[in-house]
Amino acid sequence: MATEILMPALSPTMEEGTLAKWLVKEGDTVSSGDIMAEIETDKATMEFEAVDEGIVGKILVAEGAEGVKVNTPIAVLVEEGESADDIAAPAAAPAAAVVEEAPVVAEAAAAPAQVAVDRSPDYPEGTEMVSTTVREALRDAMAEEMRADDTVFVMGEEVAEYQGAYKVTQGLLDEFGARRVVDTPITEHGFAGIGVGASWGGLKPIVEFMTFNFAMQAIDHIINSAAKTLYMSGGQMGSPIVFRGPNGAAARVAAQHSQDYAAWYASVPGLRVVQPYSAADAKGLLKSAIRDPNPVVFLENEILYGQSFDVPKLDDFTIPFGKARIWREGSDVTLVSWGIGMKYALEAAGELAKEGINAEVIDLRSLRPIDMPAVIESVKKTNRCVTIEEAWPVASMSDHIGSAIMREAFDYLDAPVLKCTGKDVPMPYAANLEKLALTSTKEVIDAVKAVTYR
Amino acid sequence: MAAKRATRSTRKSNASKEELLQYYKDMLLIRRFEEKAGQLYGMGLIGGFCHLYIGQEAVVVGLEACTEEDDKRITTYRDHGHMLACGMDPKGVMAELTGREGGLSKGKGGSMHMFSKEAHFYGGHGIVGANVPLGAGLAFSDKYKGNDRVTFTYFGDGAANQGQVYETYNMAQLWELPVIFVIENNKYAMGTSVQRATKSPSLWERGAAYGIKGEEVDGMDVLAVKEAGQRAVEHCRAAKGPYILEVMTYRYRGHSMSDPAKYRTRDEVQKMREERDAIEQVRARLLEADPKVEDELKAIDKEIKEVVNAAADFSKESPEPALSELWTDITIEA
Ligand SMILES: Cc1ncc(C[n+]2csc(CCOP(=O)(O)OP(=O)(O)O)c2C)c(N)n1
Ligand SMILES: [Mg+2]
Repeated sequence: MATEILMPALSPTMEEGTLAKWLVKEGDTVSSGDIMAEIETDKATMEFEAVDEGIVGKILVAEGAEGVKVNTPIAVLVEEGESADDIAAPAAAPAAAVVEEAPVVAEAAAAPAQVAVDRSPDYPEGTEMVSTTVREALRDAMAEEMRADDTVFVMGEEVAEYQGAYKVTQGLLDEFGARRVVDTPITEHGFAGIGVGASWGGLKPIVEFMTFNFAMQAIDHIINSAAKTLYMSGGQMGSPIVFRGPNGAAARVAAQHSQDYAAWYASVPGLRVVQPYSAADAKGLLKSAIRDPNPVVFLENEILYGQSFDVPKLDDFTIPFGKARIWREGSDVTLVSWGIGMKYALEAAGELAKEGINAEVIDLRSLRPIDMPAVIESVKKTNRCVTIEEAWPVASMSDHIGSAIMREAFDYLDAPVLKCTGKDVPMPYAANLEKLALTSTKEVIDAVKAVTYR
Repeated sequence: MAAKRATRSTRKSNASKEELLQYYKDMLLIRRFEEKAGQLYGMGLIGGFCHLYIGQEAVVVGLEACTEEDDKRITTYRDHGHMLACGMDPKGVMAELTGREGGLSKGKGGSMHMFSKEAHFYGGHGIVGANVPLGAGLAFSDKYKGNDRVTFTYFGDGAANQGQVYETYNMAQLWELPVIFVIENNKYAMGTSVQRATKSPSLWERGAAYGIKGEEVDGMDVLAVKEAGQRAVEHCRAAKGPYILEVMTYRYRGHSMSDPAKYRTRDEVQKMREERDAIEQVRARLLEADPKVEDELKAIDKEIKEVVNAAADFSKESPEPALSELWTDITIEA
């Protein structure tokens, strides 16, 4: 049977090329792997190899021909005893594999609508509350999940024998042993990758970064390995792993130790991103994070570790992702924050109340998924919004929220949405400059006064 | 074209005829599959980057011969051969190359990103070096569970210069993880030869800095690969920690389909093909022992051709993924 040889595409962008040189002539026998011709693509001159065995029956495109379209027959291979003249005019070239630009059906291409948000209370009314620090709440969450599930383990620098650089893993080694509380060398890139691999092997790793600043060395595994694999595998392989540790500014540790990564991670499809403020949320959300079948980036804050909050005394207390908490109801302005930003939001709301301005304060708690409906509903009521975060202002979560409000509640706005963020500078060391670089309660109050025209 | 010189192997071996025929078949499947993939790329049916494994077949076939049920493997973007060798369906692999619904990743991963939980094949990774700690992590999970399974972690000579490889060596030895690091040294990382990338005389010996045992292996001789693989597997199953195999091999084609390969001479490639080709070596061994085996080899050639053609047909007929697939498999909703 005669076989046509077609002009090949030899680069991802080639549509036509020059048949620079034939290295075989009619009558030559070729077998797979033999170089038949040199072809100039849009990028380079490439050798073109035979795939099938046969005799070159006819050369259809002469040496030197330019602008030969991909998939044009350039030669015919025949078998022993066959002649190229025996075969009728070469069969029409198979339809070029030009993928038809599929009409994008609006419905199919549109992102799935956000699911209805759960507005139920986090725990039943009347539940006994226990004052707990954020640090203890995080430890309790890990310990409870480790008791319930042998596949859960913690790894990171100083998590075991040292009891945690910030003492978050205190006591875990004693209770669970070195198999499940694993001290690593200082090797973020490597142990983040090992963690992700272990999650594919059926474990549920909790990878602690001493701080998220150091996770920049590991971000390739968080994003390329953990976040994208479910999609790249057509849904076969999820990565049930938690990356946790302190994020954002601590105190006087300057530029390389003070970055808030919320917006970076929240921009990545495939990740869950959580940034709790209170101890109850830290506990309930971390337990959800450990159970979640997806990779979770869990952003803590060193300054909050020692702060105490009421935590419900329940055997199994979890908080779902994508459910905001309304800390204060109000009618004059909506304050939207999360993580340590909540400290400024709540303080500002308290001060503003004394001046007769009632702020509604929303704690997003998780940034991906994000409870945008809670924000939009509130803005429709208050007609004003200020967002508060410690991260840099450019390409921030605040920008993302502001754009959603413009899109979904534009007609309700009585003032531009303002954002209170960290300043657009690396974090300085000097105490006075550091203070200036962070946002503050005063900035929030000023922003609220601006949007309420007071 | 010049007549091919018969390739000969001087190695002594007591491999049975059945064993050799199996290697011949497994390697030929990869070779023919890759040639077909190259052809489909030429027709515009496969897009983007496509890295062929032609020339390196003995590495994965020799090592797969050492595996047992539930052993794991993970590799780079040059992954088609690994998938075929661990028994994944050629149709699913080819249809992934053409970006179709019937592909192993429903057309959403492409040539460089394919997985099969069922076959314990953990990708298909596009970031050079990244699959090395990931492989050690798979081994970590087996050690944690207390079984004696082994993970084969394949990477290139170029990848061997990534820092995370050494972070992984350190932890793998520290924790005695059952992982076999397979450096597929095909002499080039894109256009950079090993000698232009390092002054280290060998790559496997770098493991010694971490206390890891290893060896250099002739990667054009499937029997040599298998023997070394058995030593490595035995070491890992006996809970003695990781092992490094630096397998000396050669890729005949360009780095990817669009590589004009100007960094080496045509003669260098030709010499390797004619004198060292892994498939020809097995063929010569079989024919030397029994000239009548020719008929069996022909039957295998025919069978493989059919399998590959069926895969190609499937990869063209399978429809493109539904547009709604854009939004699926991003997260698992509990
Ligand atoms: C981190 C990273 N850097 C660069 C690249 C681009 N790149 C892809 S393959 C490759 C060469 C790798 O060579 P080697 O490890 O020897 O593997 P081989 O291709 O020979 O199988 C490079 C530089 C990449 N994919 N990832
Ligand atoms: Mg290489």
